[in-house]
Amino acid sequence: MDSSTLFGISEISYFVAMVVYITYLAFRKPQIGLTATTITIIGFVSQTSAILLRWKEFYDLGQMGILRAAPFTNLYESLIFFVWCLILGYLVIEFRYRNRSFGAFVTPIAGLALAFIDLTGMSKAIQPLVPALQSNWLLAHVVLSFIAYSTFAIAFSTGLMYLILKTDKRNEPSYIFWTVALGVLVVILTAMGLDYLKFKLLIRTPEGLIKSYLFKATLFSQTTAVSALSWAAALAFIFVLWRYGYVIKRVVAAFQVSTEILDEITYKSIAIGFPVFTLGGLIFGAIWADQAWGVYWSWDPKETWSLITWLVYAFYLHARLLRGWKGKKIAVVAVVGFVTVVFTYLGVNLLLSGLHSYGALE
Amino acid sequence: MEKEKNKSLIDRVWDFFASVKLAIVVFAVLSLTSIIGTIIEQNAEPERNVRLLAKFFGQSAAPTLFRVFDTLGFMDMYHSWWFVAILLLLASNLIVCSIDRLPKIMKLVKEPVKPLSEEHFRGFGIKKEIVLKGRPEKTRDMVAGAIKKAAGFNLAEIKEGEGYQLYSQKGNFTRLGVYITHFSILIILIGAIIGIFFGFKGFLNLPEGAVSDVAYARNGQEMPLGFSIRCDEFNVDFYGNSDMPKEYKSRLTIIKDGKEVMKKEIRVNEPLTYKGITFYQSSYGLVPGGGGNSIFKFKLTSKDGRTEEVSLRFEGSFTIPGTDLTGKIEDFSPALGFDEKTGMPFTYAEQMNNPAVYISFYEKDKRKYGGWILKRYPQTGQLPDGHTVEFLDLWGIQYTGLQVRKDPGVWIVYLGCITMSIGLFIAFFMSHKRLWVRLVEERNNTRVIIGATANKNRHAFERKIDRMVSLLSKAHEGGK
Ligand code: HEM
Repeated sequence: MDSSTLFGISEISYFVAMVVYITYLAFRKPQIGLTATTITIIGFVSQTSAILLRWKEFYDLGQMGILRAAPFTNLYESLIFFVWCLILGYLVIEFRYRNRSFGAFVTPIAGLALAFIDLTGMSKAIQPLVPALQSNWLLAHVVLSFIAYSTFAIAFSTGLMYLILKTDKRNEPSYIFWTVALGVLVVILTAMGLDYLKFKLLIRTPEGLIKSYLFKATLFSQTTAVSALSWAAALAFIFVLWRYGYVIKRVVAAFQVSTEILDEITYKSIAIGFPVFTLGGLIFGAIWADQAWGVYWSWDPKETWSLITWLVYAFYLHARLLRGWKGKKIAVVAVVGFVTVVFTYLGVNLLLSGLHSYGALE
Repeated sequence: MEKEKNKSLIDRVWDFFASVKLAIVVFAVLSLTSIIGTIIEQNAEPERNVRLLAKFFGQSAAPTLFRVFDTLGFMDMYHSWWFVAILLLLASNLIVCSIDRLPKIMKLVKEPVKPLSEEHFRGFGIKKEIVLKGRPEKTRDMVAGAIKKAAGFNLAEIKEGEGYQLYSQKGNFTRLGVYITHFSILIILIGAIIGIFFGFKGFLNLPEGAVSDVAYARNGQEMPLGFSIRCDEFNVDFYGNSDMPKEYKSRLTIIKDGKEVMKKEIRVNEPLTYKGITFYQSSYGLVPGGGGNSIFKFKLTSKDGRTEEVSLRFEGSFTIPGTDLTGKIEDFSPALGFDEKTGMPFTYAEQMNNPAVYISFYEKDKRKYGGWILKRYPQTGQLPDGHTVEFLDLWGIQYTGLQVRKDPGVWIVYLGCITMSIGLFIAFFMSHKRLWVRLVEERNNTRVIIGATANKNRHAFERKIDRMVSLLSKAHEGGK
């Protein structure tokens, strides 16, 4: 078996696990829960082997030592690694808190991240490293950043669940926040899915070019009618989500997790993620830049967005100290924090690079 | 009266700077303004940002908007007066806040634990009870031993009626973790400021064989190094025969007062530092019109095995040893490719990706044959007569692109980073734990009441205490 088959198995496992976790929520039968966990573990094991296999494939190809062959260097590999950390973190929580309910919230993130890889058609090829990337600092930087990102993803899920459970009035700011945030997320993913379909059907150019087609199928279509219709559909969807948010609340309430535990997991995840991100994301990144280019900080968009992410989580940690910021407000910050994480990782390359010639979707 | 009013104003200013509220406002303002700088391209040519603004606000508004943004410093916003002012506000906030709270924290750090009264024991978050056989005098050592073994506490004790109270604390210094973290931010800011005022950034494109005693700032201004640097050789390795560079490296020599004081081969991620100035391998290229000064190196092998190495300039000639066949370099390409359809040779890159020379061979002044010899493909050097010409190297045509930096503040920044890592580790992964144990005599047995607090990670501490209790009950059963 080669690594891509194993990756395929893990991708399918996470999607199946997602369905089973949701079924588990509905019926609450222990056997179903056990099945969900088992499927997740199968996915995790096969993903672990896939990463190791790819490491070996790269090592045989590059002939530059074990560390240089670590498969965490391009966008594809780092997303895979992110999913791996996320699932690992989730499994730890499942065993620590003896609660399977989050599975239904975490496995979709894993599945979506993997689907995103296919959606954007990013290159999966093993690429040799250009000289600037041949650095142990970079390796440590990438690995630790993704560990931190996965803790932030967990904080995002629990923060969002907290908000869903704690709000009920439709004019409440935090209610509006979570319905709109969730709505925008779904809209963006759907739009990208349509881009993908259109791209696959109509445009037969090299895969990487998907970047320049992003949102062109819907929201930013050349045809005014299509674009107007897309915006109308998107707004209508968000409106419906806002209007009928209580349905989602009822589903989440079926999880039967206390909001205190959600708040605690949110904080704990960030309390682990923040120091790891500081060391790995900012400090190691700065050391690498210093070694490679002679500037430890150059305010380029990627660096600046990492700093913004860091500031948002610093905001979270300090706002907790203030009375009146406990609970919902702080959960909003945890959700916003992860939005900046995603933007740092993908938005900078996908959106800002369209504005200037910076970075590229490898 | 007047005096008191004054004081309250100062107090109010102090409280403003000491508040966490100001801190989160500053975090928010820093994040939001930083976003703008990632959209507007920094330090770019004006036209680029005018075009960018036109995308969002239309052609007509763009130039005016550009002028407004430019005046506000958004074209180099991270160095604008107002961005620096926000950073200074953050720094003052940190300083005042720390001074404000430090006395209270130091008290917590230094204060020894004291025995507690009975009602205090009721309020503990972590509370355990167990009854042991035997009077407190007998059980005391066993309890102290179990606590030492399970949690590593060294207990103090006082007599309390018929029983005892044992108490101890650990990790009181961890309360300082947050302050170490905050202090590290100041260290980093100081390091950055030193770098800005006492350092420089520049570049130097140094052809193979050339010497320079200056570097150049971005605006072209010369900056003396205080010594000279020479590039002895520059080389690029590619992945196989592809155009993807695997590694590029320069052999550099530092010359001070006419003496060679240092030699080092640098590559990307492995710079050279001399007297506080660091040279980074950053780029490379061809010296414009550099063909005239460069030296071609060949290894010639005649049909009967006689070999010779020759070095010559462009348009120079050589003779195959033991024959009267001479070759002359007539053309050169740094990256020779052949057109797929016509087969015509052309140069596909202005870099030494696939260097090749065109050599014509003459016998008694009559041209016999000629062709391209490629460095990457030695088989192209096999001549029809059975001789071989191996294209070994071309020296002097490439320059190495060096990033030159002097930053006396970088070590302070790194010191700040290390401090921050330590501070964060203490703040998040260690805790101040306190533990009180009362041994109360109860019908010739001992009731052990344990109360404990931890300012972080209470659950982990609680598990430790549970282990301790189970250790006690086990030891107890063993003793029966
Ligand atoms: C970028 C700058 C800053 C960073 C990275 C930072 C980091 C931290 C961290 C990691 C904690 C521990 C939080 C926790 O345990 O949950 C903390 C706590 C705290 N920070 Fe900051 N901080 C910064 C700026 C500030 C500023 C400007 C203030 C000014 C008021 C401040 C006031 C505090 C206070 C009062 C605490 C709580 C201390 C305690 O629990 O005893 N911080 N900070």
